[in-house]
Amino acid sequence: MSILETKQLHKTFNGVPVVNGVSLSIESGKITSLIGPNGSGKSTTINLITGMIPFDGGAVVIEKGTILSRIQPNQIASYGITRTFQNVEVFEQMTALDNILLVLTERNVFSSLFEKHTQYHLDIAERVMKRLDIWEKRNDMVENLSYGQRKLLEIARVIAMGERTDGETKVLFFDEPYAGLFPEMVKLVTTILKELRDEGKAIILVEHNMDLIRELSDYVYVLDAGKHLKEGSVDNVLSDQQVIEAYLGN
Amino acid sequence: MDYIIHLFILIGIFSILGLSLNLVIGYTGLLSATHAGFYGIGAYAVAILMKNTGMNFFIALLLSIVITVLSALVIGVVLSKFKDDIYALGSFGFAIITYGLMLNLQGVTRGPLGIPGIGRPELFDISFSTNLTFLILTLVLAVLVWWMTRYITRSSYGRVLQAIRENEKTIQFFGYTTYWYKLSIFMISAGMAAIAGALFATYITFIDPSSFTLIESIFMIAMIILGGLADNRGAIIGVIIMILLPEFLRFVGFPTEVAAQMRQVIYGLMLVVMMLYRPQGIYGKFKF
Repeated sequence: MSILETKQLHKTFNGVPVVNGVSLSIESGKITSLIGPNGSGKSTTINLITGMIPFDGGAVVIEKGTILSRIQPNQIASYGITRTFQNVEVFEQMTALDNILLVLTERNVFSSLFEKHTQYHLDIAERVMKRLDIWEKRNDMVENLSYGQRKLLEIARVIAMGERTDGETKVLFFDEPYAGLFPEMVKLVTTILKELRDEGKAIILVEHNMDLIRELSDYVYVLDAGKHLKEGSVDNVLSDQQVIEAYLGN
Repeated sequence: MDYIIHLFILIGIFSILGLSLNLVIGYTGLLSATHAGFYGIGAYAVAILMKNTGMNFFIALLLSIVITVLSALVIGVVLSKFKDDIYALGSFGFAIITYGLMLNLQGVTRGPLGIPGIGRPELFDISFSTNLTFLILTLVLAVLVWWMTRYITRSSYGRVLQAIRENEKTIQFFGYTTYWYKLSIFMISAGMAAIAGALFATYITFIDPSSFTLIESIFMIAMIILGGLADNRGAIIGVIIMILLPEFLRFVGFPTEVAAQMRQVIYGLMLVVMMLYRPQGIYGKFKF
């Protein structure tokens, strides 16, 4: 059973359709990959589902059949959705630890002013940051971290979202999590994605590296020019003539 | 000696303004120019309540905080929808509107004539009529504000404020409705400015709209940018420098009319030099 579906999502920028009737079905405990050439609408699709950009048509269906025709960014956490960003969006002039604590603490103005779980949150942050090997950097300002470390910090933040007390994370979007990572870090991220899948999370991965796609994907959607080109298991999709043409041209 | 005490009282009052404005500008990254407006609303509220009803200063102070916070609510409801330069522009507008109201609501504020003869605070048998006792009152309230800003900025709430400053779009994806945070800190900061206004009104014992102009807001912004944004020590240091500098200039021996001009020149020069060589201010933890 799918935990998140999109039905005929549409988005037009200045008259040009960038996402044109994309219907996805995402399942728990699986890694679903979105692939396609540059500009095929992968990131835009994620941005539509997570409320970063409003969509023009179609709907997103979340658990228990709730149909959403409009999504605000601040709602997605309550639907159990979280994400990383293609152009690493971290809080630069704050410490790495604060970046993680942010997603653990109370969301409400009054409760956050009188927060009582400081030590509890610190313990979670320590566990999560150690898992990504960035605990030593906890007191560094994020603006002084390397690109790779910031990528890892973003992934740590997404994992921490699943550890907060007032909500569970069920669907995780990773928008090019591997871009610019050292081989060692690539291994680490791969392990973590597999662990998350085994914990029963639904993972949506946007990635260009086909080796990683082959290794990780349980199901693949191919987009081309905003359209849904092909879907299926990795082997079927990647050997498909249409897909090869979309990537390499005729 | 009285002169020194006078300077310390001014430093105390402006420290409250600097600390509270730092919450909005330094921590939340919202360039607000409305602060002098709230400072003025607080001052007027206390002055009118004390003069017209003979109310005790401390009750008037509490009421003026309530009134100012409510005004901040009205303004903040609109302003908190914006960010960055639009926020700054909007706050300019509100600063001019509050000044306009002080000037033109003559039935309440007596307009440009101002309100003279405001009494000094009294508490039971203690009167704060001498400058020394008033200084003690000012310092007690300034320390209270310091403690509150310290508590706020170290709480989880304060962390969210900084995240809003760094990247308001992104923090929303993690379940925060930034509007409420921006609105609430704006109100808290205004409430603190009201304390400064109340002290100012009862210290000088005369107020008129000219003390609460947009330029006064800019002066406060300059103080905290100089001292350092997002740092309480920075705010205080900026205040001390900006209050004492013109006093030193007084002793350099410029003729009065030149001295006034020199002050503006030095402020401008200082801000330009800071922007070029130390954008985070003397002690600051944040640069725009």
